[in-house]
Amino acid sequence: MAAYLFRRIAQIVPTLLFASILIFGLQQLLPGDPAMVLAGEERDPAVIAHLRETMHLDRPFPVRYLYWLGGVVHGDLGESLRMQQPVRKLIADKLPVTLELASIAIVIALVIGIPAGIVSAVRRGTGWDYAANLFALWGLSTPNFWLGIMLILLFSVTLGWLPASGYVSPHEDLRANLAAMIMPAFVLGNAIAAVLMRHTRSAMLQVLSSDYVRTARAKGVRERDVVLKHALRNALIPVITLGALEFGTLLSGAVLTEQVFTIPGFGKLIVDAVFNRDYAVVQGVVLFTATAYIVLNLVADVLYAVANPRLRTR
Amino acid sequence: MKSSWRRALASLGLALALAAGAHAQTTLRIGLAEDPDVLDPTLARSFVGRIVFSALCDKLFDIDEKLAIVPQLAQSYQWAPDNKALTIRLRPGVTFHDGEKLDAAAVKYSLERHKTMPGSNRRGELAPLASVDVVDPMTVRLNLSAPFSPLLAQLADRAGMIVSPKAAQAEGDKFGAHPVCAGPYKFVERIAQDRIVLERYANYWNKDAVHIDRIVYLPIPDSTVRLANLRSGQLDFIERVAPSDVAQLKGDARFKLTKITEIGYQGITINVGKSERATQNPLGRDPRVREAFELALDRDGIVQVVMDGEADVGNQWVAPTNPFYAKNVPIPKRNVERAKALLKEAGVANPSFTLMTPTTADAQRIAQVVQAMAREAGFDVKIQSTEFATSLDQADKGQFDAYVLAWSGRADPDGNIFSFDACKQPLNYAGYCKPDVDELLKRSRTTLDTNERRTLYADLAAVVLKDRPIVYLYHRHWLWAYTNKLDGLRPIPDGLVRVTGVRFK
Repeated sequence: MAAYLFRRIAQIVPTLLFASILIFGLQQLLPGDPAMVLAGEERDPAVIAHLRETMHLDRPFPVRYLYWLGGVVHGDLGESLRMQQPVRKLIADKLPVTLELASIAIVIALVIGIPAGIVSAVRRGTGWDYAANLFALWGLSTPNFWLGIMLILLFSVTLGWLPASGYVSPHEDLRANLAAMIMPAFVLGNAIAAVLMRHTRSAMLQVLSSDYVRTARAKGVRERDVVLKHALRNALIPVITLGALEFGTLLSGAVLTEQVFTIPGFGKLIVDAVFNRDYAVVQGVVLFTATAYIVLNLVADVLYAVANPRLRTR
Repeated sequence: MKSSWRRALASLGLALALAAGAHAQTTLRIGLAEDPDVLDPTLARSFVGRIVFSALCDKLFDIDEKLAIVPQLAQSYQWAPDNKALTIRLRPGVTFHDGEKLDAAAVKYSLERHKTMPGSNRRGELAPLASVDVVDPMTVRLNLSAPFSPLLAQLADRAGMIVSPKAAQAEGDKFGAHPVCAGPYKFVERIAQDRIVLERYANYWNKDAVHIDRIVYLPIPDSTVRLANLRSGQLDFIERVAPSDVAQLKGDARFKLTKITEIGYQGITINVGKSERATQNPLGRDPRVREAFELALDRDGIVQVVMDGEADVGNQWVAPTNPFYAKNVPIPKRNVERAKALLKEAGVANPSFTLMTPTTADAQRIAQVVQAMAREAGFDVKIQSTEFATSLDQADKGQFDAYVLAWSGRADPDGNIFSFDACKQPLNYAGYCKPDVDELLKRSRTTLDTNERRTLYADLAAVVLKDRPIVYLYHRHWLWAYTNKLDGLRPIPDGLVRVTGVRFK
């Protein structure tokens, strides 16, 4: 097992190195001179020259890459030239915000999607089924930014129940934090709820027509227990896998919603950085995300190996 | 028994009096259209940052509603007879937010910091400033290499902001993270991309004019969401209201709307000499084609379609209401027949060129309207939408025929023309270069007499507006919307929100 673990970790190093070259290289392909964007309206040549020097833009590509890599190896992701803050701090500040948003969104998606899927499978062909399908179609086809603005107009402007945008830290005021999070989380969760509903429905329909469900019914088990205890448990396995996948997508997919609701999260951080050509932030954030994916993959592989000893010898 | 009752009543009365006397904490929440960049006056480079600075950092001078220069940290000033030195007497009793005294040494330090700090954006603005002398503890003398008429206007912006030398020395290039100045409000905290919080400075020199305890600036880029925040009561003030939202705000008695004509402009820059491309295209090559292009445009129509009427039409680097507007070159009326005749004369009945435009909604609409209008005169305009950073890069390399570009403007007219039309200047994307224009531009800088400067700008207008390196279209309105409980806002043409004097009714 130890040898397997060692082998797998050793494999990560070249992967990460390759990812870092890709991230750094692609960034250089972006048209536009970052020094010119950062120099502001006046575009003083002396300022541009200073910025180019600070960002090592006056050096050849491989040298720039090594400068950056040298910092990364020592845990220094560089500094945002626009915000004058270390990239590491920006990530540490923004990631929890997006994690919270994604978590609430996924809870909303599960709470809406799974019951709706069950109902439409059990009451197949009835008004309930059609209503649930209509909801799914609506959820899938409504653009996030439109739904966001409509919710703001209804709940903030007309009714005045919720803040229109912004973010309050939960440590500061939990109530205000939840009030600020509920609309964006619903917008994000709504689309996923629709996907989960469709999957729950088809999984339930499949399971409900299987032999063991018929046996359970033949034994005289109550319909409610057949559905919730026998059928649902099996039907949920693919749905949970899907939910986990959607959660991953949410972390990177909250960009638009964060823009509409002005939530200072991970998505907003990277979008603003790209438009401002804040290279250090773009590189740092993408590298962090790539590393997170690679490490999570490793964890999954190791867990498989723990469960299945045959994998370890491969 | 009786005395204890009396005592109880007395303490109740005292408590009530205290409660009435202790005024509730007031907070002004301002919605900004962008997230400001670094809050260091020397390094700062964005328009939106200047809005925050106007509460945080006082300047030697300020401008008023009519663009006149008024003293702020300065008390009085005097030019030397040869106009090569400016002596400034400082306002007494001013302290920085860290309690340090604002004196001549501090002013000298700040101005030298602007001049010498690596990456300083102020160096160019203060280029003719050769040295600063401390005459006495409250008087400084600014020695210039040549007379420089825009100096006072520069000192009424970021170049005139004085920072605490003690804090600036301690923080170095990280000063922007905890700026210490001498404005009415001091820095409390900043959460990147989320908020900037300022708090009233108790020892401000003009503290009687400061009525609000805290200011929170919240960057909200989407104008619809910014307005929704105002309407739902989460914000008290928003800047840059979208022109399309003006009608709905006017019908709502809870809010007030202020319009200010900007000191900047919206225009179309034409490549007349930046690169080879200028000679390959009739628009860049032949002034008659450019004249035809301008005559094909109906500025009123453009303002209606693009800005919902929320702009003043214009044909110069300053608005028609500006004291330096050259009356000898009025706004030309649309004349399609004359445009066609000019094109015929130039030998190109159907000139074709590419109009590069950033991807902002305004710029896109300008391009579309211009395309349609110019077509009627025979032009074939191809629109090339390009992301802003890329478009700047292409403009700088001369890879364009025409480019939709705006300028936020400076108080002195020099700031709106010198960098754009003098040979080899950084913002001269047009590649325009004429020795006689350079000479006039230099003279307008070295002449301090306003009437003489007006004549020089009229001479400049006669040449430059005929050559058309930039076709000026209009001057936007700064649109502010705020709760009707707010009072005392001053509409200054630079579009910056001055919080001194502002109060809740």
